[in-house]
Amino acid sequence: MKTTLFKLLLCAIPTLLLTGSLPVTAGELTAKIVIPELDVAEYHRPYVAVWIETPERELIQHIAVWYDTEMENKEGETWLKDLRQWWRKGGRSLQMPVEAVSGPTKPVGEHEISIPLDSPLLSKLKPGPYFFVVEASREVGGREMQRVPFEWSLTPKIDEEVQGETELGKITLKSNS
Amino acid sequence: MTKKQFPLTLAIAATTLLAVGTSSAHRLWILPSTTILSGENQWVSVEAAISNDLFFPNHHALPLERITALSPTGKTVELKSAAEGEIRSSFELLLEEQGTYRITSQMNGMFASWKENGEPKRLRSNEEELGKMDLSKMEELKLFKSNTRVESIITCGETTEVALKGDGLEFEFITHPNDLFSGETATFRVMLNGKPAAGQEITIVKGNDRFRNSVDEMVLTSNDDGIIEITWTEPGRYWINGSADLEAGEFKGLPMKQGASYTLTVEVLPE
Repeated sequence: MKTTLFKLLLCAIPTLLLTGSLPVTAGELTAKIVIPELDVAEYHRPYVAVWIETPERELIQHIAVWYDTEMENKEGETWLKDLRQWWRKGGRSLQMPVEAVSGPTKPVGEHEISIPLDSPLLSKLKPGPYFFVVEASREVGGREMQRVPFEWSLTPKIDEEVQGETELGKITLKSNS
Repeated sequence: MTKKQFPLTLAIAATTLLAVGTSSAHRLWILPSTTILSGENQWVSVEAAISNDLFFPNHHALPLERITALSPTGKTVELKSAAEGEIRSSFELLLEEQGTYRITSQMNGMFASWKENGEPKRLRSNEEELGKMDLSKMEELKLFKSNTRVESIITCGETTEVALKGDGLEFEFITHPNDLFSGETATFRVMLNGKPAAGQEITIVKGNDRFRNSVDEMVLTSNDDGIIEITWTEPGRYWINGSADLEAGEFKGLPMKQGASYTLTVEVLPE
């Protein structure tokens, strides 16, 4: 892991010296996540976690966590561990709620997350390959995780799409500048 | 111990005697309702039994008097709604701290078997009681001392270190026992009396063996550093067990065999 980061840094240094680590262009990284309609006897909105991880599958940035924030005595946190991969990779060391990351569950439909390219949420990314990961887990329902590969650079040109299977619908990731 | 409980305890002694040092179909286990939790003041329910099938009680309860639950900071956690039935013990734990909890059944017992008028006799006891008996006159006396440990480990919130006990057989958790996923490999170091145990056999059996026709056990042998690597091919609950023969000792000048065993139940989650 360290070696890889070091290599990434080495490659990035010439450019970094000129421009810094964040893209200079104004623009956004936009993810669209579809929560599909399901024909089931008992439906609850899914818990969803979104994060960015390295090719070594280490979480380096939390992007979003949608869970039941309305229940008394923080009871909604009881089920956060069902977002299993997110939980082990970093969820369990977070103190909920997390500003700009956590929020209530979302209904069926398409949900957009838009992050300015110069946001602190993206400041840890050095140029190189990453995964944009979405994990969904539904009470008395299923669980699904999808990884969207993308290449980060100082002038990112991202246009990726992954089709979910059961708990997730289409996920798109695009940059515009 | 009340008189009413005595015959049951004797029966367990016989079971445990077989379970230590030799292979036996009787398996000791502690099974929590879940091993990974989030949130505050969570409850888990726990079953503890000695059974043939994993994890279905069908033989004897694992006695509550041997079981302790420790919090991440080492406090004793009360066994709530504790009940010891014929074939299963059960209790619930309130997890008031964040971190890793340890539920342990520990028995440092002595066993004696001998013949009286040609009849085989067995006794589960301890050093004090056996010391009072006139062992030298017993026919075909066999003495056995065991360190029998059965564990399960659960975590609420972030995992914390599982400390080594330094006695008997145990694992040093290089991979945390509450971070096991299908398709991944877990690394544990087998320790015997505080030192890495090389060449120690460890048996791994997936639960729900009642619903398949073969046990499908996996037997691994620890390397020179005591390391075993378990690659989980399927999610589920697993029973992990090893038993070691220790150097023979003496009790009141009589030869005494010694052994140690360790049993751990874990959960492996789908990727």
